Amino acid sequence: MPEGRLIADKMAKCLTVFLVGAAGVVLFLIGIGLLVKAEPILGAKSLGDLLFSSNWRPFRGEFGFFPFIMGTAWVTAVAVVLAVPFSVLTALYLSEYAHRRIRAVAAPMVDLLAGIPSVVFGIWGVLAVVPMVRSLAMDVFGIPCTGYSVLTAGIVLALMVCPIVIHVTLEVLRAVPNDVRDVSLALGATKWQTTKLVVLRKALPGIGAAVIMGVSRAFGETMAVLMVAGNVVRAPDSLFSPAYPLPALIANNYGEMLSIPMYDAALMLAALMLFVVVVVFNAAAKLVLQHLAKGVQ
Amino acid sequence: MDTKTHISVRNLNVHYKESHALRNINIDIPDKKITVILGPSGCGKSTLLKCFNRLIDTVEDVKVTGQVLVDGEDLFSPDAEVTHIRKKMGLLSQRPVPLPMSIYDNVAYGPRLHGLRKRAALDAIVEKHLKMASLWDEVEGRLHEPASKLSIGQQQRLCLARGLAVGPEIILGDEPTSALDPKSSRHIEQRFLELKNEYTIVIVTHILRQAKRLADYVVFLYLGELIEHGPAQEMFENPKEEMTREYMKGIIS
Amino acid sequence: MKKFDMRKLEENFFKILMIGSCVIVTGSLALILWSILRRGLPAMSLDMVSSVPKGGFYMGGEGGILNAIVGSLLLASGASVLAFLLSLPVSIGLNVYLRRGSRLASFARFSLDVLNGVPSIVYGAFGFALMLFFGLKASLLAGIITVALLILPIMCRAMDEVFQMVPKDMMDVSHSLGATRLQAALSVLTRQALPGITTAILISFGRGIGDAASVLFTAGYSDNLPSSVLSPVASLPLAIFFQLGTPVPEVQDRAYASALILTTMILLLSIGARVASRKLSRNIIK
Repeated sequence: MPEGRLIADKMAKCLTVFLVGAAGVVLFLIGIGLLVKAEPILGAKSLGDLLFSSNWRPFRGEFGFFPFIMGTAWVTAVAVVLAVPFSVLTALYLSEYAHRRIRAVAAPMVDLLAGIPSVVFGIWGVLAVVPMVRSLAMDVFGIPCTGYSVLTAGIVLALMVCPIVIHVTLEVLRAVPNDVRDVSLALGATKWQTTKLVVLRKALPGIGAAVIMGVSRAFGETMAVLMVAGNVVRAPDSLFSPAYPLPALIANNYGEMLSIPMYDAALMLAALMLFVVVVVFNAAAKLVLQHLAKGVQ
Repeated sequence: MDTKTHISVRNLNVHYKESHALRNINIDIPDKKITVILGPSGCGKSTLLKCFNRLIDTVEDVKVTGQVLVDGEDLFSPDAEVTHIRKKMGLLSQRPVPLPMSIYDNVAYGPRLHGLRKRAALDAIVEKHLKMASLWDEVEGRLHEPASKLSIGQQQRLCLARGLAVGPEIILGDEPTSALDPKSSRHIEQRFLELKNEYTIVIVTHILRQAKRLADYVVFLYLGELIEHGPAQEMFENPKEEMTREYMKGIIS
Repeated sequence: MKKFDMRKLEENFFKILMIGSCVIVTGSLALILWSILRRGLPAMSLDMVSSVPKGGFYMGGEGGILNAIVGSLLLASGASVLAFLLSLPVSIGLNVYLRRGSRLASFARFSLDVLNGVPSIVYGAFGFALMLFFGLKASLLAGIITVALLILPIMCRAMDEVFQMVPKDMMDVSHSLGATRLQAALSVLTRQALPGITTAILISFGRGIGDAASVLFTAGYSDNLPSSVLSPVASLPLAIFFQLGTPVPEVQDRAYASALILTTMILLLSIGARVASRKLSRNIIK
């Protein structure tokens, strides 16, 4: 009878360790899977051609990803530029200044914001942001604009990126030991001087990691940008021009994927591009955070 | 004994959330002498020190009543400017806490806070105070290395230099040598003995022998209450209270 | 005195910036919820949640989004169950059978953390590739597998963190009473970690139900309730998207109502996760 549970234990060990290994490997499996599916187009065209050409005519077999890459870049840049200052300032406030009760209310609200699905952000974007940007462009600047633009997508994305930057920054700030703050105060510094000169200084690499994770999130976001970015196949040249980010490209065209030769490989390549960039960014951010957690200054 | 008072504590009471950490403390800390606050752990020694430089403000859910008068002015009066008060006090904490910057910047941190920018003046201050802490010889050539690279004994001397650089009148030490090896401890004790000619020094310690080496005046606290206080010699050789006697004999610790 | 005023000024300036940022961020949440509520509530009706789209629904016809509500629930539930069946052994493996400093464990954890940030559209594309590979059509099953892949890293890591917080002594006690590692894991570890596990499942469920990009290619869409695992199934995010895409204003209003339904479900899940966590903490040792 005792044998039974010992056997069960051994089996459980094999199973779980195997699954742990599998979990580690899934990342590579996905990468390889995408690569395999994208292979036809990678073999047929040069990488330079794919990345830098603006000719997107799938019917003719021309796949220049430049407009989409630029679209993604512009929208991500706007989102990050908008999100980072607000996020870091909010995190600083909640961590260093806010009364315990305010923090108890605000922190869950930030987490709730993180849970709102992409479509809902998109729909709100269509409802509230598009008209605002349209009137901003046309009434204030006199630029023709439908309202579906880089700026619109950037604003919506910024709100989606804030929660993650705030969350990670809060954790990093919490990890700064209190005695360093006390020392600064004891030398006669004001709270702000302490925050600026000591706390931020110690937390800076961690905040960098938080920003990188935010960039990553903005990069791969699909539904919300699909609904507000405009989806015109042309690299954007101003904040008010429409953009066609890579995720939107994939989402919009999966229907035609199988009817045009090499179209599926092209879209898989787009997915692969997103995958590689996000993995590199996230891995870098994680490494920085791990390094910090080990207590190296 | 010429006992000019530097710090006067009047009816000081400190309440943490549920506990009454300091009960009705009334003491006069003498000027330019080393006062040692003795007592078993948890008796409120660190709390008292935190009241002197108003670091008690940073603790959540704390209530302070009473007065702490320095040169006649109450530290806890509503008009008191806290950063000025803290400038008058230099704190050496239990574990050395170097700021995340170079050795030079650590010492220059305080003066810079209070507005000093000129490079030449800062250089002079850094050198002067590193010498006072007797660390200068060991770091002269590498002032711009991160402070974290110093040994723990050196770090504590750096903290001393840093605290002195703001030009305090009073030095507070919260068990300043308990994290150090004997040699470094001796170093720090030596500095205190030299510094008392110019500064009023208040040290919290639970090392009886250290107290005997350093103290001019002794204050004995137990469970937040002031049991007894007086000149060192009297306190060590002929204490009036039963509890003080037991503590000095090493029975309660 | 002048220098001193500068410091105060700088401090107050940044204080205003900080409080302002906090207000803007938390205010946006309120703003978004309010907009959805304002435009969606008037368009809500019992029909919306109780019937499937009838003919011409997307052009203003009768019906509701029951197909999408049921579809999303099935997708999220199926995916959560599948992910749970995989996450539990992985978390047990990481915390019970592998040593603390094991290379395999660090590698797996790192890998899962990175996976956590992979965009859902990539999972969708990969899921689609898998579908083609296995000869599956766009269906509930394909959707479940893809969403399971999406939420697997989240669930794994959340469970892993909870298990890590269980004090080692507790496991030691169990072992010194003669339990095998498996017995200790199943009887003590999971019980102590129960609130955390529940939270992990609820969070993952919430993530799975709201995601569109992963089900876009893989689950298909249908105006009817799915008849089997192999039939295409509607989902709430896509229902919202399709309704918004029509030029008819009534249908667009229904899109907001659908968004309201989805958001409410997710908010309830969030709150439910916190409540469940507190309620289940009865037995655990703090």
